[in-house]
Amino acid sequence: MDNFLVNYTLHLADSNLILAQRNAEWCGHGPILEQDIAITNISLDLLGTSRNFYQYAATLINQNIKSAESEAPPLEGFGEASEDALAYLRTEREFKNCLLVEQPNGDWAQTVLRQFFFSAYQFLLYEKLQHSTDEQLTAIAAKALKEVTYHQRWSSEWVIRLGDGTEESHQRMLKAIDELWPYTGELFMPANYELEAGFDVTLLKDDWMKKITAVFEEATLPIPEKTFMHSGGKIGVHTEHLGFILTDLQYVQRAYPNCEW
Amino acid sequence: MQKLEPGKFEKKFKESASLKKPPLEGLEEVIWKILEPVTDPEIPVLTIVDLGIIRDVKINGDEVEVIITPTYTGCPAMDMIAMNIKMALIENGYTKIKITSVLAPAWTTDWMSEDGKRKLKEYGIAPPHLRSEAPSDRLIACPQCHSTNTRLISEFGSTACKSLYQCNDCKEPFDYFKCH
Repeated sequence: MDNFLVNYTLHLADSNLILAQRNAEWCGHGPILEQDIAITNISLDLLGTSRNFYQYAATLINQNIKSAESEAPPLEGFGEASEDALAYLRTEREFKNCLLVEQPNGDWAQTVLRQFFFSAYQFLLYEKLQHSTDEQLTAIAAKALKEVTYHQRWSSEWVIRLGDGTEESHQRMLKAIDELWPYTGELFMPANYELEAGFDVTLLKDDWMKKITAVFEEATLPIPEKTFMHSGGKIGVHTEHLGFILTDLQYVQRAYPNCEW
Repeated sequence: MQKLEPGKFEKKFKESASLKKPPLEGLEEVIWKILEPVTDPEIPVLTIVDLGIIRDVKINGDEVEVIITPTYTGCPAMDMIAMNIKMALIENGYTKIKITSVLAPAWTTDWMSEDGKRKLKEYGIAPPHLRSEAPSDRLIACPQCHSTNTRLISEFGSTACKSLYQCNDCKEPFDYFKCH
């Protein structure tokens, strides 16, 4: 009966994991040491939050397996679900992350803009989710909110610094906006599991736009005109990038099943 | 900090199992005492009691349950801390141990003990303000010369819980344990 809740929890977990993985690609490649550490710290926070959601999803799936009347569990053939199985053994069509987080890092402008769009969204999401009726989602959200507050501050400062920086950095921010803006609409298009187990994310859009507008104004950056918005990630229809991310992320578990170190 | 060598855990466990079982009534205080010297692997001047990581100790029959809460969700020290708690208990003859991790209420630096804050400062890390009193997250006193004429170098420092500052007066760069 609670497959909505399982899918919702997996959606939350997947977005955190994929953005953690993307940010971790910067490890050792950041523009300067302090920022290399910052982006990987954010990666670590996101990874920690994804673990909390995966652990909860695994608990729910295992409860479903045990209760006789439940529908088939979403992970047939894997036996007991675990956070590792959920992260390492699902295919791209089973991942429910938003398309925004799987977009390539590009340059530093694109990475910090992606982080800003998503942190501003997560901030509002967790603010609401921390008052959810589900005790565990509430606890995870309240904890993550504290960390996202830092991510939002850090990324908005970078958007301002680059947008209101040199001609070159301004151009790069404009290019990053062109690349990423069409993936922001999906954040506010609810999947049915969000409506059933979470809340209506369309409600977050106005506040999100307010935040983006305020930061863009300070950064002397324009808000794009209405444009086509991509969607599909929440129901497993991804851009070509996710397959490559998972190939990296899951390689060791696929090549050496159940290996540990 | 106790280092864990291969097989050491099993050996300790066997030794411990052969010890005379300690009494189980009124034990909570004894357990708290045992856990007192366990330190944070990343900031060894702080104990996990100073940090407010241990939320509760319960005795369930012959089992000792230690309830902990993570500082930051992704903090890699948490697994090590859980292991060090087990080691400390095993060394004292307790073998039935359960470590339960809870997320709510979310950990806050307000739970850090005054003694912990003092030790942090002596160690060269600016301690966190109380959340209610924090004038601004950015007005941070230098742990060396106490000047508040300091500047943020990076929002994120060497571990998830710290950011990097520099003192404009004595020029010393230092870590600030973020108010969280």
